[in-house]
Amino acid sequence: MDSFVAILQLFDSTIRLSAPLLLACLAGLYSERAGIFDIGLEGKMLAGAFAAGAVATWYGSASLALIAAIAISVALGLVHGFASITHRGNQIVSGVAINFIAAGTTVILGQAWFHQGGRTPSLPNTARFNAINLPGAETLREVPIIGPIYFELISGHSILVYLAFLLVPFTWWVLYRTRFGLRLRAVGENPAAVDTAGISVPWLRYRAVICCGILCGIAGAYLATAQGAGFVKDMTAGKGYIALAALIFAKWRPVQAMYACLLFGFLDALGIRLQGQSLPLIGEVPVQLMQALPYILTIVLLAGFIGKAIPPKAGGVAYVKER
Amino acid sequence: MKRIVLGLLAATALSVSAYAADDKPALIFDLGGKFDKSFNEAAFNGAEKYAADSGVKFREFEIQNEAQREQALRKFASDGNSPIVIAGFSAAAAIEKVSGEFPDTKFVIIDAQVDKPNVRSVIFNDNEGSYLVGVIAAKASKTGTVSFIGGMDVPLIRNFACGYVGGVKATNADAKVIQNMTGDTPAAWNDPSKGGEIAKSQMDQGSDVIFAAAGGTGIGVLQAAADADKLGIGVDSNQNGLHPGKVLTSMLKRVDVATYNAFKDGADGKFTAGVSYLGVKDGGVDYAADENNAKLLTDDIKKAVEAAKADIISGKVKVHSYFSDNACPYK
Repeated sequence: MDSFVAILQLFDSTIRLSAPLLLACLAGLYSERAGIFDIGLEGKMLAGAFAAGAVATWYGSASLALIAAIAISVALGLVHGFASITHRGNQIVSGVAINFIAAGTTVILGQAWFHQGGRTPSLPNTARFNAINLPGAETLREVPIIGPIYFELISGHSILVYLAFLLVPFTWWVLYRTRFGLRLRAVGENPAAVDTAGISVPWLRYRAVICCGILCGIAGAYLATAQGAGFVKDMTAGKGYIALAALIFAKWRPVQAMYACLLFGFLDALGIRLQGQSLPLIGEVPVQLMQALPYILTIVLLAGFIGKAIPPKAGGVAYVKER
Repeated sequence: MKRIVLGLLAATALSVSAYAADDKPALIFDLGGKFDKSFNEAAFNGAEKYAADSGVKFREFEIQNEAQREQALRKFASDGNSPIVIAGFSAAAAIEKVSGEFPDTKFVIIDAQVDKPNVRSVIFNDNEGSYLVGVIAAKASKTGTVSFIGGMDVPLIRNFACGYVGGVKATNADAKVIQNMTGDTPAAWNDPSKGGEIAKSQMDQGSDVIFAAAGGTGIGVLQAAADADKLGIGVDSNQNGLHPGKVLTSMLKRVDVATYNAFKDGADGKFTAGVSYLGVKDGGVDYAADENNAKLLTDDIKKAVEAAKADIISGKVKVHSYFSDNACPYK
């Protein structure tokens, strides 16, 4: 029973660690499906995390922090859109620029406003998205099998985690069952066809980068006000890039994106849990191996098992209306 | 006459400014940043105190990556700064190189040993301080399981871990100590979200007192412990105030005193090279007691830790140093 609970706790940790990846991955999905490559997920998340940390410090409200994070992330998304949709600039360059802007300005503003070396002060629990215990979690705990699963795994996450996982079916629905979704996919594959149908390509793509900004903002707010308690310099630590890798793994599909993010989260959680523990047959696993495992697996999976990942056809190409 | 007086005044003014110009201390921080509320911040506080006492401004530099260490050292040295204090064991190679190029400049390295005629190496007996907080942890734990989270996996941090385990086991031989390291790269000094996640995993395994020797990562550890209503133990600086009532104590490492003394000795011309060890006996390492953890440190705990402290000072207890054989005998 103990090992059963230990495994559940491992999955519990997996969920916490994959939530920000999932949000960023879905963000990238909206943007890239519309033909706008977005390498700036990392920067938008970071800026969102900073905005959330700063606003939560000033106003002591987690919801305001979330709104601020979304606002700043959408604003950066629009900058990306302005450069790459309106002015047909290179999407990769624009995305990289956003990452650098975010990495630099967050630290400078943080130092100027809070004088803690680019960090925002630690937040009290009232200004954070705290863990929610779902109804009946305590009472059901004693029920065998289902009880622990419900208590350890499903209950006790912050609202943003539930939101992240609910966004998966929602995104699937939007993408495959709505008119907006159809057009979004079309504009990423063949913008000329969309244009011929009398639909504005730039406006569709702008809406896609706004969706992307909203999700990145939520991811940032999760980092600063749910998982952590305040903004820390470079707190995204490459999550935006891992989300991009997950997006490619998933071949730009929402449900598969969730699996890919869960896999990365699981490896991370496993690395933490297995440290210093000895396994049957193998003995004690070196920490270094555990920490390298996610990256080894990325290469192995990408090289051998995923098959060809074909990006949206018009991805990375600015649309020029023929005259 | 008037002219002579003026001239004299000018000369004194000149000599005063010349004297002030001679005292040009500088401080280079380790990765993790100046305001990590821990190791670097302690060095900064010592330098600030010196600046306040003497009125001499010091130069400082926060490195952003490994390569900048040597550049910053060379820049400060060629600008005539001396003494130059550099925090962190990772700086040993850089200081080894640059100290040879600037034989007249005085260097101080904290946490590592560099044998050069113009380098002072300050080494703290972290194992002794960790032993003390280990005693406190074992006394305060209700579950009989306590844990340790290190930053980067290096001998220095292993030394912390070893002393901590020693203190725990000496107090409660049956206690279990879970140990984790955050990572193998310097990024492990500044990854609070990972620190928090490791802390959660340790608490899942039953730990109720967590000692973090991990620089900025420790902030996430203490946060996670406080969130779960468990106890954290801070490191280097006094971190009791981060979560009053939830931080059991902090292992103090008087980096501030070392920095202050280095600056002061440099100004007074009393600078000495060589290795100086600072242990419990010299007040170099200690545990922190203040109003934030007054309720947590019961008389029973205080008695035990003071006894352990006395034993270390008298030499009755010799805390094993990981550096002596790269192994830890406490199991």
